[in-house]
Amino acid sequence: MTAAVFFGCTCIAFGPALALYVFTIASDPLRIIFLIAGAFFWLVSLLLSSLIWFVAVTISSTKNESVQRGLLIFGVLCSVIIQEVFRFAYYRLLKKANKGLMTISQEETAPISIRQLAYVSGLGFGIMSGVFSLVNILSDSLGPGIVGIHGDPPQFFLASGISRGVSLNSFPELYFPLIFSVSRPFFWSLFILSTCWLFLWFFYFPLYQFT
Amino acid sequence: MITFMNSDSEEEVCNERTSLMSTESPPARSYHEGICTEERDKEIQEKRRGSPCHHGDADQCTPDSRGSTRSSSLEEEEEEEELTLKYGAKHVIMLFVPVTLCMVVVVATIKSVRFYTEKNGQLIYTPFTEDTPSIGQRLLNSVLNTLIMISVIVVMTIFLVVLYKYRCYKFIHGWLILSSLMLLFLFTYIYLGEVLKTYNVAMDYPTLFLVIWNFGAVGMICIHWKGPLVLQQAYLIMISALMALVFIKYLPEWSAWVILGAISVYDLVAVLCPKGPLRMLVETAQERNEPIFPALIYSSAMVWTVGMAKVDSPTKGALPKDQEQEDDWSDTSGDHSYSETYDSPRCTPLHVPSYAVEELEEEEERGVKLGLGDFIFYSVLVGKAAATASGDWNTTLACFVAILIGLCLTLLLLAVFKKALPALPISITFGLIFYFSTDNLVRPFMDTLASHQLYI
Repeated sequence: MTAAVFFGCTCIAFGPALALYVFTIASDPLRIIFLIAGAFFWLVSLLLSSLIWFVAVTISSTKNESVQRGLLIFGVLCSVIIQEVFRFAYYRLLKKANKGLMTISQEETAPISIRQLAYVSGLGFGIMSGVFSLVNILSDSLGPGIVGIHGDPPQFFLASGISRGVSLNSFPELYFPLIFSVSRPFFWSLFILSTCWLFLWFFYFPLYQFT
Repeated sequence: MITFMNSDSEEEVCNERTSLMSTESPPARSYHEGICTEERDKEIQEKRRGSPCHHGDADQCTPDSRGSTRSSSLEEEEEEEELTLKYGAKHVIMLFVPVTLCMVVVVATIKSVRFYTEKNGQLIYTPFTEDTPSIGQRLLNSVLNTLIMISVIVVMTIFLVVLYKYRCYKFIHGWLILSSLMLLFLFTYIYLGEVLKTYNVAMDYPTLFLVIWNFGAVGMICIHWKGPLVLQQAYLIMISALMALVFIKYLPEWSAWVILGAISVYDLVAVLCPKGPLRMLVETAQERNEPIFPALIYSSAMVWTVGMAKVDSPTKGALPKDQEQEDDWSDTSGDHSYSETYDSPRCTPLHVPSYAVEELEEEEERGVKLGLGDFIFYSVLVGKAAATASGDWNTTLACFVAILIGLCLTLLLLAVFKKALPALPISITFGLIFYFSTDNLVRPFMDTLASHQLYI
């Protein structure tokens, strides 16, 4: 594949996120720190969920295709649940930190509002998850080879880029603010959003059954 | 088989970099710069106002003076906290950027230039080979390699501290100049040669000589004498990256990981224990009111403003010694002004009202300091992850994020404790945890997901 494919897919996948970063976050150091902290928390959640998946796979230790697939889906569900838990935990941590910052500083306004925090943390989560999913594929696209030579669909890269970048990358930061701004009906919004997330997965799975 | 040549200078480079560098050593002039200045102001003002009390003449102290001292110190504390928070995030980013740049340079080189991932021999500090038949033997060899390396570093650090204590400045400066000469000329020549080979670019010797001569000469001037701050920072980042690449090439795999773990433990011990060599170095430098050598520390201090010139004039006479020393500094002018204003209240009480104002101005110009050894070992960790993680970018990214978060936490602790702290332990621990777990647990998971086009 060529550099054109690489740059094209990278821009499709990361263009919106990069634009959001450059125009809103790059100017304020505090936001950059919270962005990286959000990425870190996502990473920890991924670590835990892959630990669970790995343990499940080594315990089952069969070469059966459908069992492996079932375990994979179980791993994905676990990962989604753990991510939500970590989002909640991060929210609590940030709330405490914000309170601490407010009490220490004598200024009237907090250095960063809870909505900005929600936006930045969600973006951090989203960027990290997007990068983790795509960067290996992208680096492979720079190397030699032809996609689809063994009968696999040749639109692998484009599909990956579009699906990952546009829909899923922006999802976290869309509903993260929703969680934070509605702190009283917090549990309702969490419930609604978790169902949206799970619904998305059930929507995707049948599609991928046929590929 | 190439064992590393120039072992003496290599030793020097190896040790005086890692030894000193591992601290956030700003004795009185860096980030704590932001904080220490105000504490010292507090102390100075309290001393001045409350000095009759402190000398045991408690009866002579009026309650008023005590009260005023307390309220003024409270105000200063509040001011201090505000400024801390306001500039805390900026200082963290001022360190994120160079650390990121260094890591990017190292990872880009590792991924593109094949030379640095080829096994071409080992350093004399890691004499035991890892090509052994059994795993136990390999583990034993790597532990022995680590012991030798760490003991060499400890010996050289103690030697440096002893030299510093007995004021053998010329020897230390000569040592530093020799090691930076080697880095700037020899290692750059090797690096440039390998990069040109990788991209198949032809370059004749006269051009090469010109390029390397200019690069090296300007680097020596910027690092050891005066130069624009950005250029000095760029050179320090480049030599840290070169040093890290040398380590990545010549340290065998398992030894590298064990050495990383051991050196963060050593860093912790050396900086925090009362008899630790690095702590003694920092305290001696603080007592003597001297800056630590410019070639060993990355400083992010911003450019000085003209406004400070006013404070300089009355104290010029009082501090000739400091002036001479400041000439050695290349543009870390934060120290310059700080050491002068430190003494001004004692000499000229009239300056006290304006002192608070100038203090604020000074605050804006403060930077943070990080030792070059920290840069080197962070880059070694990320570079090794890039080199040996079976071609996986996820591991590299995970280690990168882990190191940045560790640095952030270290700076947070620095703001809380307000004294020199080791920058290696937290970051390296996070980095190691993330490397091993990402390589062994996350990678199979993500690969399986990617092949099924499932995304999390």
